[in-house]
Amino acid sequence: MLNFIARRILATVPVLGIVAVLVFLLLRLTPGDPAAILAGDAASSEQIARIRVSLGLDQPILVQFGIWLGHVLTGDLGESFFYKVQVTELIAQRLEPTLSLAVLTIVFAVTVAVPLGVIAAWRFGGWFDRALMGFSVMGFSVPVFVLAYILIWIVSLKLGWLPVQGYKRIADGFGPYLQHLILPSITLSVIFIALIARVTRASVLEALGEDYIRTARAKGLRESKVLIRHALANAAVPIVTVIGIGIALLIGGVVVTESVYAIPGLGRLTVDAVLARDFPTIQGVILFFSLVYVGVNLAVDLSYVFLDPRIRY
Amino acid sequence: MNRKLFTTVLLATAAQLPFAAGNASAQANVLRVVPHSNLSILDPIWTTQYMARNHGYMVYDTLFGTDEKSQIKPQMVESWTVSPDKRLWSFKLRPGLEFHDGKPVTGEDVTASLARWGKRDAMGVALMTFVERMDSPTADSFRIFLREANGFVLEALGKPSSNVPFIMPKRVAETDPFKQIEDYIGSGPYVFKRDEFKPGDRAVYLKNAKYQPRAEPASGTAGGKHVYVDRVEWNLALRDVQAQANAIVKGEVDILESLSFDHYESMSKEKNVKVLKPTLGLQYMCRFNHLHPPFNKAEVRRAALASFDQRPFLKAQVGVDELYKPCASMFTCGTPYASSVGTDIQSKSTMRKAQELVKSSGYDGSAVVLMKPTDLQSIGKLPDVAAQLMRQAGFKVDLQAMDWNTVVSRRSKKDAPSAGGWNMFCTAWVAPDIWSPINNAALDARGDKSGWFGWPDGPKLEALRAQFMRETDEAKKKKLAEAIQAEAFSVATHAPLGEYVQPVAVRSNVTGVNMAGLANVYWGIKKN
Amino acid sequence: MPAPQLNANEMETLSVESADVRITESAWQRVKKSWSVRMGGAALLLLLLIAVSAPWLGTVDPTLFDAASRDLVPGGRGEITTLDGEIIKHKFWFGSDSFGRDIYSRVMYGTRVSLAVAVLAALLSLAFGIVCGLSAGYLRWLDGILMRFMDGLMAIPAILIAIALVAMWRGSLTTVVIAIAIPEIPRVTRLVRSLVLSIREEPYVEAAVALGTPTWKIMFWHILPNTIAPLVVQGTYICAAAILVEAILSFLGVGLPPSIPTWGNIMAEGRSQFNEYPHNIFIPGVFLAITVLAVNILGDGLRDTLDPKMAKRV
Repeated sequence: MLNFIARRILATVPVLGIVAVLVFLLLRLTPGDPAAILAGDAASSEQIARIRVSLGLDQPILVQFGIWLGHVLTGDLGESFFYKVQVTELIAQRLEPTLSLAVLTIVFAVTVAVPLGVIAAWRFGGWFDRALMGFSVMGFSVPVFVLAYILIWIVSLKLGWLPVQGYKRIADGFGPYLQHLILPSITLSVIFIALIARVTRASVLEALGEDYIRTARAKGLRESKVLIRHALANAAVPIVTVIGIGIALLIGGVVVTESVYAIPGLGRLTVDAVLARDFPTIQGVILFFSLVYVGVNLAVDLSYVFLDPRIRY
Repeated sequence: MNRKLFTTVLLATAAQLPFAAGNASAQANVLRVVPHSNLSILDPIWTTQYMARNHGYMVYDTLFGTDEKSQIKPQMVESWTVSPDKRLWSFKLRPGLEFHDGKPVTGEDVTASLARWGKRDAMGVALMTFVERMDSPTADSFRIFLREANGFVLEALGKPSSNVPFIMPKRVAETDPFKQIEDYIGSGPYVFKRDEFKPGDRAVYLKNAKYQPRAEPASGTAGGKHVYVDRVEWNLALRDVQAQANAIVKGEVDILESLSFDHYESMSKEKNVKVLKPTLGLQYMCRFNHLHPPFNKAEVRRAALASFDQRPFLKAQVGVDELYKPCASMFTCGTPYASSVGTDIQSKSTMRKAQELVKSSGYDGSAVVLMKPTDLQSIGKLPDVAAQLMRQAGFKVDLQAMDWNTVVSRRSKKDAPSAGGWNMFCTAWVAPDIWSPINNAALDARGDKSGWFGWPDGPKLEALRAQFMRETDEAKKKKLAEAIQAEAFSVATHAPLGEYVQPVAVRSNVTGVNMAGLANVYWGIKKN
Repeated sequence: MPAPQLNANEMETLSVESADVRITESAWQRVKKSWSVRMGGAALLLLLLIAVSAPWLGTVDPTLFDAASRDLVPGGRGEITTLDGEIIKHKFWFGSDSFGRDIYSRVMYGTRVSLAVAVLAALLSLAFGIVCGLSAGYLRWLDGILMRFMDGLMAIPAILIAIALVAMWRGSLTTVVIAIAIPEIPRVTRLVRSLVLSIREEPYVEAAVALGTPTWKIMFWHILPNTIAPLVVQGTYICAAAILVEAILSFLGVGLPPSIPTWGNIMAEGRSQFNEYPHNIFIPGVFLAITVLAVNILGDGLRDTLDPKMAKRV
């Protein structure tokens, strides 16, 4: 098993390497000059040219890549063109909001979706099942920002229950921290709930069709025990898989949610960096996200060991 | 287990809600501002971005300021003398001027700061061509020796907008002007709280308790800079326009630096919010690229100019009648050098006339590559109007949408439009940046070498500007300004599109906001 | 629903020979009878009709505007200035945006773009995915490199690739389609590859190899037909995702230029006025939601009838 983990970790290196190359090429080979943006509206062409040199953008691409890669391997993601701050520091600052949002969303989504899916499978074909399927398809179909605007209007403006925007660090008080995160999490979790509920329902359904369920019921076990201890447990693998996939989707939703709710997270950082052609930040953040993705995949694979005793590495 | 956790969390939140409300009184001395854009560069000499300028006004002080009547008034300077031949300017600094680290401000700090500024700012560069040398005979004085007399020394030293000659400590001012500074010690009314600065999230300024404001009342960027709050927080994360409006209505922020025109009417009706209009505003313009067809011919440019009736631009972009007015002049209407001399080609034109001019101009039919920014609310609609009007006049227009950053990087390219260049873009300037022939960058007509994008070539225009720089008599300067404007319209350097004011929204308990419209400054504000 | 009656044709084809052909024929029957496919298909057909006939549905040029007609509520009356300078009176069925453009016209024309983006992005990613998947599955030496590359591509969040691509180049139909298609390619590749790997072991493929059939023939005549069903299903999901991603790109300001109306950029331009004039967001939003819903339902129906094994996969 340790062997497996070690091998998997080694396997991530080429993946990350490819990510690095892809991102680097994407940025350098497309138009958009960070120097001009930095120089400001009234700058002259000569001034812009000087800034380009100071940012190292006048060197050939391979040289630029080599320099950057060298830095990355020592843990130095470079300095943002715009903020004169180390990229690693920027990421560290923005990590807490995005992580909080993501964790809260996942926790909320799983707690809501899994029971819903189980009940739908249990009452297969009934009104609850149809309603859930209907809701879940709709959940996929509405863009996140439309949902966000509607929720803000109803809950924050008309009812006044929660703030309209912003993020408060945990250090500034747990209450405000949670208050500011509730609405964004709910907004983001809708898609997640739709996804997880569907897959839960499908896998529990399949598990319910198995022989051991009949045996358990014949034994006289309580229905709730049948559902949870036997059906859900055996359906766990696909559910955890979809949670893993969902985390990748989460990043897309996070970008929009952070934009509408003014949360200073990594999603916003990336969008702002892309719009500002802040190459080091874009490279650094995408590399970071890829690392997270790879880590999540590894965690999901490892969890199979605990969920399904038949799986051994 | 999950259900219990969720319920616990929900109850905990509910229990905390009263706590959140209780914080309100502790916030009485924190001013929460939402600036018009993100703050990324903290060196107001290195860039002309308005955000850097506003940051500069928090942290630094200036030798002179401009008051609400556009008059230059002393700020850090106590008194000054000018030699009879106007070539020696001697200044004495106010007593008690100190940097945030406790060191006194000396003449050497001043000369170093001016030297750095004079290498970047257009007006500063112009001034430095006249300057033989600067020195500081005593700690509290400094002198400027000119090769020949000129009429704009004080205008330059007191210029309110980018780049402002802020005074920095000598060691900081000795930084290469093409590198950004890393030390933000100034002598201004606020201290920059560097450790709380989170790029893209917030910037924090604390009251400088040791700052000694002047005795006069605050006016424009001059007068006494009294600070009545303990702390100012700039919310850099709140960029969504609707969210900004929601936030100020709910009291989550105190000041919206630039209220979107779309929200002007509804915000004016809000009980707890005041909408303020500054005295001076901005001027819209569309800029031609003089290097490539079709706008490399003056007749074609003038034809386009003739089709640009200002009213559709203003109505589409601003929409609210009381916030805009047409202004035929290239200089801010209502300021000394504005006039209607030479403006007839645009202000007295009709679409008919424009169509005829297009036909007779020898327009070669090439498409006008017009860059449109998709993410800047304040100027985003101008290119659409320009495209529509030019099409009606008979031009072919290729309206290309891109984000503002791409516009900014593309407009610096001199390549042909089909090779990544451009023919036209539209923008807005604040009044102080265009109200005089010296600092109006659009009038720089040195062709390839001109300081701003577009590169108009007008030797006659340049000659007139050089004359203006040397002229010291005010009446003569006005006449020269008229001649300059007439020549500029003849060359068709750019198309002025009218003026507007940028409204500011503040909570009703906030008073003393500076509404001169020269720059966004945050002294003199009380939160009751 | 009554059980389907088998006609003579179908009885004949129930025989064991030509195994894959039988699957295709009765599968088509199953597909046609599926409620989901009917509903989804009908809705999409209607949208296609709208897209094609947009100029004749009482619309005006969607880029025309008149500042005097800005911010009208749905049903309001106003004016439009044509390119010739003519002023025509117009009823704004869906209201107008902050420029004074007719939202009804923009939504109708927007149908074209949304459908085009969806279909083109799906086709593009399927095409590349098929080529890569076939190559990886069948040509062993290419497998390792290609799959590593795909893993790398998958590791980058799709939305960030899309934003970066469109922001770096200009927003245009081509860039948006490419930007949406690229992140989908790895998933299609994986799907095709796993199908190839399993089909390769089938006896009829081994027989074909033994007979000396050239590789490309095997790929296109034996393997590819069996990938059609799951690929069609995957394609519909890509369509749904594409429409949503286009909306998000427009929302973030890196989508198609406003001169090409899409539902996404109508919403993006109206986002600052949501409280006052929600019709800017609601009306295109409803159209968008219905379209994506229809595509999703269609996809579900197709999946349930064509490839029930996929029900467990996402």
